[in-house]
Amino acid sequence: MTSSATSKATAAIVGSGNIGTDLMYKLQRSDLIEPRWMIGVDPDSPGLRRAAQHGVEASAGGVDWLLAQDEKPDLVFEATSAYVHRANAPRYAELGIQAIDLTPAAIGPAVVPAVNLGEHVDAPNVSLITCGGQATIPIVAAVSRVVEVPYAEIVASVASPSAGPGTRNNIDEFTKATARGIEVIGSARKGKAIIILNPAEPPMFMQDTIFCAIPEDADREAIAESIRSMAADVAGYVPGYRLRAEPQFDDPNPMSGGMARVAVFIEVEGAGDFLPPYSGNLDIMTAAATAVGEGFATRILGDRVPAAR
Amino acid sequence: MTLNQQALFEDAKAYSADLDIRVTDSSLRDGSHAKRHQFTVEHVRSIVAALDDAGVPVIEVTHGDGLGGSSFNYGFSHTPEQELIKEAVKTATQAKIAFLMLPGLGTRDDIREAAGNGASICRIATHCTEADISVQHFGLARDLGLETVGFLMMSHSRPPEVLAEQARIMVDAGCQCVYVVDSAGALIMEQTGDRIAALVAELGDDAQVGFHGHENLGLGVANSVIAVRNGAQQIDGSTRRFGAGAGNTPVEGFVAVAEKLGIRTGIDTLKIIDAAEDVVRPVMDGECLLDRLSLTIGYAGVYSSFLKHADRQAQRYGVSGAEILIEAGRRKLVGGQEDQLIDIAVALAEKNSAPAGKK
Repeated sequence: MTSSATSKATAAIVGSGNIGTDLMYKLQRSDLIEPRWMIGVDPDSPGLRRAAQHGVEASAGGVDWLLAQDEKPDLVFEATSAYVHRANAPRYAELGIQAIDLTPAAIGPAVVPAVNLGEHVDAPNVSLITCGGQATIPIVAAVSRVVEVPYAEIVASVASPSAGPGTRNNIDEFTKATARGIEVIGSARKGKAIIILNPAEPPMFMQDTIFCAIPEDADREAIAESIRSMAADVAGYVPGYRLRAEPQFDDPNPMSGGMARVAVFIEVEGAGDFLPPYSGNLDIMTAAATAVGEGFATRILGDRVPAAR
Repeated sequence: MTLNQQALFEDAKAYSADLDIRVTDSSLRDGSHAKRHQFTVEHVRSIVAALDDAGVPVIEVTHGDGLGGSSFNYGFSHTPEQELIKEAVKTATQAKIAFLMLPGLGTRDDIREAAGNGASICRIATHCTEADISVQHFGLARDLGLETVGFLMMSHSRPPEVLAEQARIMVDAGCQCVYVVDSAGALIMEQTGDRIAALVAELGDDAQVGFHGHENLGLGVANSVIAVRNGAQQIDGSTRRFGAGAGNTPVEGFVAVAEKLGIRTGIDTLKIIDAAEDVVRPVMDGECLLDRLSLTIGYAGVYSSFLKHADRQAQRYGVSGAEILIEAGRRKLVGGQEDQLIDIAVALAEKNSAPAGKK
């Protein structure tokens, strides 16, 4: 315990549902983060039971219990709901606990690890936007680092059983938050997002299509190379993330609004840690959360080194 | 009415004192697919004027994929749909103007804008198993005082009892009429009747039931008549079949048949026949035909709007449009997944160019 306490940042997972549980498996493999606490509100929660079986201290006492402990976590991963996170966020901030928000609350700056993690390692609270955003914004950024992108549009197709009530009841918020991320982090001048739920059996892997408007005379090979390189970066923390086909380039036509474009086809197969592999949409959230947490942990542990001298 | 025709309505409820059923014309929404979303203000003005004069009670005007549909994925509109809605509202003297929206693509902001532009009927479409994504939109539409209609798309793909459950979700959210939507034009006669009957039984007096047919197996009018016989009170069509796939139930054909069956639609048969020939046809780029690709859509049970996209990708990649559609059916794509047709075409092109003996 002593060695892990000094060599790893400690973390609490708040929210013992499917996402929290999947995240726990990923964090337990981390060299930089020790998931010490799993926090729920229902003593009968299977997630709490499972956490206890895995040696994680589990409590149904909610955030009140967590923050009453003598030892506070370095990091908290919030996998509850936007409503709950809005209430909790100021309490974490007051205690200097960095929060990684997997809910749609969008309190802190939005982060996509492959694109802008470095800008926010000191932020008290960061938002992971949406699953569609995590899957597609890197590609928009890959194009916009080569050419100007006046407009980018994404289509996220998700297996119906992997879309929970949070997404279903707030589908406008999903499309709006994703569109905003395409603009702010993807650097497209205007963004649009579309989400489709597909009930096919067996369930399909998450599939995302990214369309970017590009100048007619753009260096297409440079754009394609940037996309391939970015896809490899994302696959570094989401192993099931891959291009389904080479980027496809089209000249302008009336139905394309007179714009030349590149179309990119992505598939996200989940790691199957706890959630089934078809729910790549959830896997990419917990994988991105882990990558962000490790970025924070690196800074936290780096700060500790001089103090230990 | 003859005795026989009287029997037809023994159990069915009339739409109102004047109409047995209410017809909604979708030429200016579903027809947008066939027109590749290139409608102009002039097209809308001429078609709305003719349909309104013929007595069509509801005219739907929107991008083919609903509010916000103008995009790379579905095709950009020539003229912004809200401009088209404004023109339709301005032109109509008796017809109500409806619009379509699909949650996940359009948003509540779009509904507010369409309502502000004078449209009075909000039609909200989801895949037939995903009705719960429409709850917030029905709520807003009712708050705005709009009449509401729900669309269960690709209704051929699920049994009647599943559709009835999904219809209940929409009605509880504020939907006043749920449509069995045969997006693939794949329903055959009794399959239509059973689905309508299941919704009527589930919804009772809580909401009406409607039917939206396509012609991909040549059954639009027949299915619509069976829908009415099973209690549907609202029927969709497009004058001259102007719609996706082989087109929609032809309004003029349905109205003629309805008149002969003693079903009151309030539409003047001779006027709508003239409107189809003299006004709607000239706006169309070509007739909506039961040709190879559109028949394949009905046969394979694929979303009708995939027709033009499959055709375009087939030409772009030098592959078979029918093979694209068959693969779309195999992958169980739902409405809105037009992007996947490109993915399929690329894969087919790669397969075709692979040397023999290799996979």
